[in-house]
Amino acid sequence: MSDIILQIDGKEVKAAEGMTVLQAARSAGITIPTLCFHEKLEPYGGCRLCIVELESRGSTRLVVSCVYPVEKNLVVRTRSEKVDRIRKMILQLLLAHAPDAFDLQDLAQEYGADKNRFEKEPSFCIHCGLCVRYCAEVKKKNAVGFVDRGIRKEISFIPEIAAHECWDCKECFPLCPTEALQAAFVLTKALAFSSPSLEFAAGE
Amino acid sequence: MAQINTPAELEEFRKGILSKRDPDKPCVTLCSGSACNASGSTDVAAALFEEIEKQGLGAAVDIRRTGCHGFCERGPIIVIHPEEICYFNIEPKDVSEIISETIKGHKVVEHLLYTDPATNEKIVHESEIPFYKYQERIVFGSNSKIDPKSIDDYLAIGGYSALAKALTGMSAEQVLQEVKKANLRGRGGGGFPAGTKWEGSRNAGGEIKYVIVNADEGDPGAYMDRSVLEGNPHSVLEGLTIGAYAVGAHEGYIYVRQEYPLAVENVNMAIRKAEEYGFLGKNILGSGFDFIVKVHQGAGAFVCGESTALMTALEGRAGEPRPKYVRSNVVGLWGRPSVLNNVETWANVPLIINNGADWFTKLGTESSKGTKIFSLVGKITNTGLVEVPMGTPLRDIIFKIGGGIPGGKKFKAMQTGGPSGGCIPEELLDLPVGFDELTRAGSMMGSGGMIVMDEDTCMPDVARYFLDFLTDESCGKCVPCREGMRQMLKILTDITQGRGKEGDIELLEQLAETAQEAALCALGKSSPNPFLSTLKYFRDEYEAHVKEKRCPALSCKELINYYIDPSKCNACTTCARKCPAEAIIGGKNLIHMIDQEKCTKCGTCFEACPPKFRAVTKISGVPVPPPIPEEARTIVRESKQK
Amino acid sequence: MDKDRIDRIIDKHHCEASSLIQVLLEIQSENHWLPKEALERVADKLQVPLTRVQHIATFYKAFSLVPKGRHEIHICVGTACHVRGATRVLDTVQDLTGIRPGETDLDLKFSLQTVNCLGCCALGPVMEVDGKTHGKMAPSKTAEILKNYE
Repeated sequence: MSDIILQIDGKEVKAAEGMTVLQAARSAGITIPTLCFHEKLEPYGGCRLCIVELESRGSTRLVVSCVYPVEKNLVVRTRSEKVDRIRKMILQLLLAHAPDAFDLQDLAQEYGADKNRFEKEPSFCIHCGLCVRYCAEVKKKNAVGFVDRGIRKEISFIPEIAAHECWDCKECFPLCPTEALQAAFVLTKALAFSSPSLEFAAGE
Repeated sequence: MAQINTPAELEEFRKGILSKRDPDKPCVTLCSGSACNASGSTDVAAALFEEIEKQGLGAAVDIRRTGCHGFCERGPIIVIHPEEICYFNIEPKDVSEIISETIKGHKVVEHLLYTDPATNEKIVHESEIPFYKYQERIVFGSNSKIDPKSIDDYLAIGGYSALAKALTGMSAEQVLQEVKKANLRGRGGGGFPAGTKWEGSRNAGGEIKYVIVNADEGDPGAYMDRSVLEGNPHSVLEGLTIGAYAVGAHEGYIYVRQEYPLAVENVNMAIRKAEEYGFLGKNILGSGFDFIVKVHQGAGAFVCGESTALMTALEGRAGEPRPKYVRSNVVGLWGRPSVLNNVETWANVPLIINNGADWFTKLGTESSKGTKIFSLVGKITNTGLVEVPMGTPLRDIIFKIGGGIPGGKKFKAMQTGGPSGGCIPEELLDLPVGFDELTRAGSMMGSGGMIVMDEDTCMPDVARYFLDFLTDESCGKCVPCREGMRQMLKILTDITQGRGKEGDIELLEQLAETAQEAALCALGKSSPNPFLSTLKYFRDEYEAHVKEKRCPALSCKELINYYIDPSKCNACTTCARKCPAEAIIGGKNLIHMIDQEKCTKCGTCFEACPPKFRAVTKISGVPVPPPIPEEARTIVRESKQK
Repeated sequence: MDKDRIDRIIDKHHCEASSLIQVLLEIQSENHWLPKEALERVADKLQVPLTRVQHIATFYKAFSLVPKGRHEIHICVGTACHVRGATRVLDTVQDLTGIRPGETDLDLKFSLQTVNCLGCCALGPVMEVDGKTHGKMAPSKTAEILKNYE
C-alpha cells in the first residue's frame, strides 16, 4: 500500500491509496463540514457542503471531498472566498426548508447564512438521503425510499414493511438532520398501521 | 437468407442487388419520417400504391418510403427519380396527377414545385433548391435514397463496406488511429474527441467492455438523431460495430427514447436483419470478431441523456448521474470501460473508414472537423434538418438555408445547445459554427438544436422556460441543482409575472455561480447558462421587467393588455365572434372594446383582426386607456350617408 | 392486470434486474398504468427492493401510478413549440378540460400531459390526442378538436 502525499491547507498529509480527500483530511485532524456523509454508508455526494478547492495540473476547481479520491501532489484548500460563498448559499437553500434544524445552526452562524434569504418551503426534507441509505445499506430492509425527481422528490415509507420493521428499529431517526423523517414515519403509521378504514380515504 | 461470411461474398451479394436494379427505372420516393407521417404521409403512401395498381404500373414503377428528407416545413415530400423532380406538401388528392402527368406523361406538375421566394421562379430539381443547395449532406443525404426497413437498400448504396474494410483489412489499432486522426468530436453535446475516448477504453484493462449509442435526444427542438436512427439505422449499427472492434468490446447497447416509437421499431428491425445477414453475431465476415447489440428504451427522463445517468438507467436504476472523477470510459457500465457516443457520431464512422481521415479533415475548421446536422426550428421559414460543414457562418444557416424569419419579423436571437446552452444575438451572426466558437460566445453546440427567435420572443421568459424544464428534469440528488434551480425558477417566474424586485438579478447570479461550481453533473452545472446568456445580451429586457413591470417583447401575459385601438377598429365583429371568453363588447357599427376583467389574454383577437385594420394591439408597462363612452363608439359609415 | 400477464412480461426479460425499466414499460404499455400489485410482483420476481421499483415508477415520466383517461392529450412544450405559442394552447386546453398536466379528469375521459418535444417542430405548436398529431395549433382550434372525443 503506497502512501500518497498531498497538501491540505498548507499541511502535508499522508494518505493511503483509495482514500477520499475527506478521509485524508480527517485523519490529519482537519475539519470539513458535511451533512450527508456517514462512516457506515457509501459516500453520497448530495449535499455538496464538503466542497474544497483543488489545484491540480495547473488549474483550480471545486470538487466534493467525500467522493474525490486522493492523488499525489494534490493541493487542497478547505476554505477560500469562493468555497465559503458557496457553502453559505447551500446552507441558505437548506434553511429555507428546515430553518430550525439543529445540525444547521452552528454552520449557519459560522458562514453567516441567513435563514430568511429565501421564502420558507413547505417540505422540510433536505434530501441528505441518510435514512434511505441507512435502511438499504446497513439494515438492508428498504423500508423507506425516494420517490419522484427534481423539485418534486420526496421520501416515502413502504407501509407494509414499515409496519413490521420500524417500530422496533427507529435507528434512522437520530440520523435525520431535520424533522422530516419522523413526520413521514408518523404519517405512514397513521395511514397504514390502524385497521383499514374508509375514514382515512374520505379525509383526503 | 444465408449468412454473408466474407468480404468477397458481401461484394458478390451487393453486385447481385445492383444488377437487379435499373437506375433509369422510375422511382417515387416518399418521405415517411415521423413528422411527415404526422402530416399525412401514410395516407399519401396508401394513395400512391392504389393509383399505381389502378394504372397497371406495378412492374414499371418503384415506390420507396424513405426516412426524413430534412425539409420538414414542406412535408410530405416526394422526389421522383431518376430525374430528381421534387414535389412538396403532397396530399392524397395530388397523387393521381403526379402519376399521370409526371410518371406517364414526363411533365412536371407546376403547382407542386418549390417556388423560390426571392425570384418567384419554380425550381424542379432538389439540388437546386436553396434549402438543399447550401448544405453538405454527407451523413444525412442517404436518408432520401433508402427505405430504412430494407437492408438491401443500404447495401445498394455501399453499406457495410466500411465494416468489411475495418474488420478484415485493418487492425483494431489502425481503426482507432484513423478515427483519432479525423478528429471526430462528439456530436451529442460534449464535443469530446471520440478517438481519445475510444483510446481510453482500449487501454483500460479487462476483458469486458461496452459501446453505447446515446439516442436519448432530450434537447427540446432537436430531432436530428431521431431522423438518422429512423431513416438510416444501419449506418449507426455499422459505425457502432467498427467502434466496438477498435475498442475491444463485444456487447453494445442502443438507448433510445421511448418517445421515438418509429426509431425503436426501425432500429430493432435493422438489428434483426443485420444478424440475419451476418453483420452482427459471431465471427462477423470471417474476421473472428463477435459483437451483439441490445436496445433499451428510455422512460421519459431528460437527465438520462447524460452519459453516467444513461449507464445507471441501463443498469435498471433511476437515472441519477455519478461524479465524473473517474471517467466512464474507464469505469462505466457495470464498472467496466464503456464508450458512449451520440447517434450522429457513430454514423460518421463508416464514412471516415471508407474515405479516410484526410478526406474528413478537409471539411470544417481547425478544431471542428466534418459536418454537423442541425435542427433549424422556431421562428424560421424553412423549418427542418440541415447538414453543413463546420465553419459555416450562422447567418448563412439562418438566411440562405433557413429562408430567414417569416412574417417580415426581425431576427432577435438563436438558442443553441438546448437547456445547457445560450443565446446568440444578431451581432454575433457572422460567427462560424463550431464547438469552440459557440462556447466562447457563451453558448455551446450541444446536440445541434437551433431555435430561432424573433422580436416577439421575451428573453427573460426564455430563461424561465428553460429553468422550468430543468427543474422538472433534474434528478434531484444534489442541493445546488435541485434547490438552486427551485429558487431561480421562483425568481424568474416572479420577474415574468410582474413581481420582480431590486436584488433579484444579483441573487440569480449568485445561485448561478453555486450551480456552476458545485453541482454534481453537467445538467446542473450548465443549468444557469440560458439565464446568464440572455442576461448578457438582453439585460435591458430584464431591467424593464423588474423596474418598469414592462415586457418589451409584448409577450408575458401578466404584463400585457390587449387593447383595441378605437381609431383603427372597423367593427367587423370578427374578434368578438372568435373570443373564447366572450370578453369583447361591440357590435355592428359599434367600435369594439375588450373587457379587461374577462380577457384571458389568449391572443385570438390579435390574430383574428384583419391585417388591413390591425386594430387589436398589445400594450405593456402603461395603464390601459379608459374606455370611450358608448355614444362616441358609433361608427357612421360614409356609404350610408350617401 | 392479471398476474400471468405480468409474469410473462418478466420472463421475457429473463427476470434480470437490469431490465426493470423495460419490464415496467411493457406493463405500462399494455395496461396504461402500473397498479400497486404489479409493482409488488415485479419487485418480488426480479428480486429488487420495492423502494427501487417505486422510485423508478415515479422518477420516469412514462409511468403512471393512477389509471389514465380514455383519451390521452399530449401538448408539446418543446422550445420550438414554446416560441410559437404552445403556452397559450396549453392554457386553453387546461380551461377546456378542467385539468392540469399530470392529471386525469373525474369521468376518466381525458388525461393531460406535457411532452418535451415530439420532433415535429415544423408543425409547431403540436397537440397529440391518442397518438394522432394535430399541428399548427392555436388556442381557437383546440375546442374544435377536443369536442370530437367521447
